[in-house]
Amino acid sequence: MIHTKNLVKKFGAFTAVDDINLDIAKGEIFGFLGANGAGKTTAIRMIIGLVLPTSGQIIVDNLDISKGSEKVKHKIGYMSQKFSLYPDLKAIENLEFYSGIYQIPFRQAMKNIQPIIEQFGLQDILKNRTEDLPMGYKQRLSLVAALVHDPPLVFLDEPTSGVDPQARREFWQVINDLAYAGKSVIVSTHFMDEAEYCHRVIIMQDGREVALGNPAELKATHDSANMQELFLKVLGEDHAKSE
Amino acid sequence: MPNLNRIKAISEKEVFHILRDSRTLAIIFILPLLQLIIFGYAMNMEIRQVPLVVDDHALNSSSRALVDAFIQTDYFRLVPKGPGVLDPGELFKQRVAQATLSIPKGFNQDDFTAQLKIDASDPNSAQMIQSYATGIVNTWSAKAGVGIALSPLILYNPDMKSSFFFVPGLIALILVMICALLTSISISREKEMGTMEQILVSPVTATEILLGKVLPYIFLGLMDALLILAVGMLLFQVPFRGEFAVFLGFTFLYVLTSLCLGLLVSTMAKTQQGAMMTALGMTLLPTLLLSGYMFPIPSMPPILRRITYIIPARYYLQIIRGIMLKGNSVQHLYQAGLSLVTMSVVMLVIAARRFKLRLS
Repeated sequence: MIHTKNLVKKFGAFTAVDDINLDIAKGEIFGFLGANGAGKTTAIRMIIGLVLPTSGQIIVDNLDISKGSEKVKHKIGYMSQKFSLYPDLKAIENLEFYSGIYQIPFRQAMKNIQPIIEQFGLQDILKNRTEDLPMGYKQRLSLVAALVHDPPLVFLDEPTSGVDPQARREFWQVINDLAYAGKSVIVSTHFMDEAEYCHRVIIMQDGREVALGNPAELKATHDSANMQELFLKVLGEDHAKSE
Repeated sequence: MPNLNRIKAISEKEVFHILRDSRTLAIIFILPLLQLIIFGYAMNMEIRQVPLVVDDHALNSSSRALVDAFIQTDYFRLVPKGPGVLDPGELFKQRVAQATLSIPKGFNQDDFTAQLKIDASDPNSAQMIQSYATGIVNTWSAKAGVGIALSPLILYNPDMKSSFFFVPGLIALILVMICALLTSISISREKEMGTMEQILVSPVTATEILLGKVLPYIFLGLMDALLILAVGMLLFQVPFRGEFAVFLGFTFLYVLTSLCLGLLVSTMAKTQQGAMMTALGMTLLPTLLLSGYMFPIPSMPPILRRITYIIPARYYLQIIRGIMLKGNSVQHLYQAGLSLVTMSVVMLVIAARRFKLRLS
């Protein structure tokens, strides 16, 4: 579904993303791991067309993203790292707005997201103003808003930061269901335990790929008991290499 | 082609923002009223009841007729002259009088010479007083059968009321300020809050965002125009001689131009505050000084005169004064209207080009 080739992004002299090559399949949960500033967000923003790559190619569902075509945008659902629904609108008005700009009749949109609304227990807060909702609900609502148009590709940039463990588990339940329904879900996170839920992960440092593969296989190759250990190990090896 | 459904979605959302934000509502409805009242009463350029001291040595029928001619108008009021010799300098210093009239003993058929002295520490008022006095003397001399009978016929504003002049001007000033301010904030707010990112990922195009944001404000701008017009007519008794439909049509064009100016500003500004300052800077002073509102354009130096061509209020002033005072119709105003249309289109195109569908 997603294919990137030699993807590079430079901001002046600073290289945010350095030669990233990815192939993400339909129905796959793909994780971007790395410390803050490792280039996860920039990489995601390039794939969804928010940021123009300095060089390299991005093909999404057989369409070159650099053409900026509307077709691609309809296939993408995106939940940004920063909460970005309208605080002065009611929850349901936010959903209505997003269904409007994706040209989905609101009834159809509600049908698309009804199961997730129920799973998240959002039915009762839809009439509330978004700014009055607790953080956890805002995050859940953001995810729902990204799904009104039933996109085959879902990008979640640190969806679980600032969310309690209970809500995190719910989030991952929904992510699993989405993948099971055939959507590709691209998640960035700095919670290492969450990486276990991904089918494949890329670990990034200073914009570069330091490891890429299935979490279980990566742990085996690097002889690590858990993701935390794996993470520190590959970053350490990478540092040693570059010095 | 812009998609109507997406424009509608953006407009609807914008209406929610407006209705829920008391600050915006205050900007839209209270600020114009305050401006109208403050500007309206403060920028009154007429003078009435100028204190006048008369020193009449002739004391004959002719001199009495002249003094009567002065005080029968609303322009002058008689201040009794104290004992002793008339000393205009001292009277002016003490602010007892702003003008003095001395009529010498020999004031009669053979020699109608009298002297008017005016306190010119405020040159504008002095000039007004002088022209009032000249008018009075002309009328008087015509009646008395001396001198040239000059009887000017003043059209459209026979009483030379300055409210006729500034109320239309205020409509122009307030509309451009409010409209530019509103649209300039509406886009920079989305950038600041991060909501723009979410819109940019969607299939919405720059033109759709801009159009969707302008539409609700066109309606609000027109409401504002009607509000200022109504209050202006009530408080300052300004006539409305033209056709209402013509007013509405041309005001629509002006509101559109002002909104596009705001959009252009918002594509340049990064923060709401920056956008507000730029919008105010680009509208308030240029409109006050360069639109012909306060200073007549023909008396400006050539460079400034050329700059006035890019001030939207320049055209609208022509339009609104024409409609309200002269009863102008479309055939008198279409050129000014075309200028506004051209400006709107140019600004909208530049705004749409500058508006980046990607983050920097």
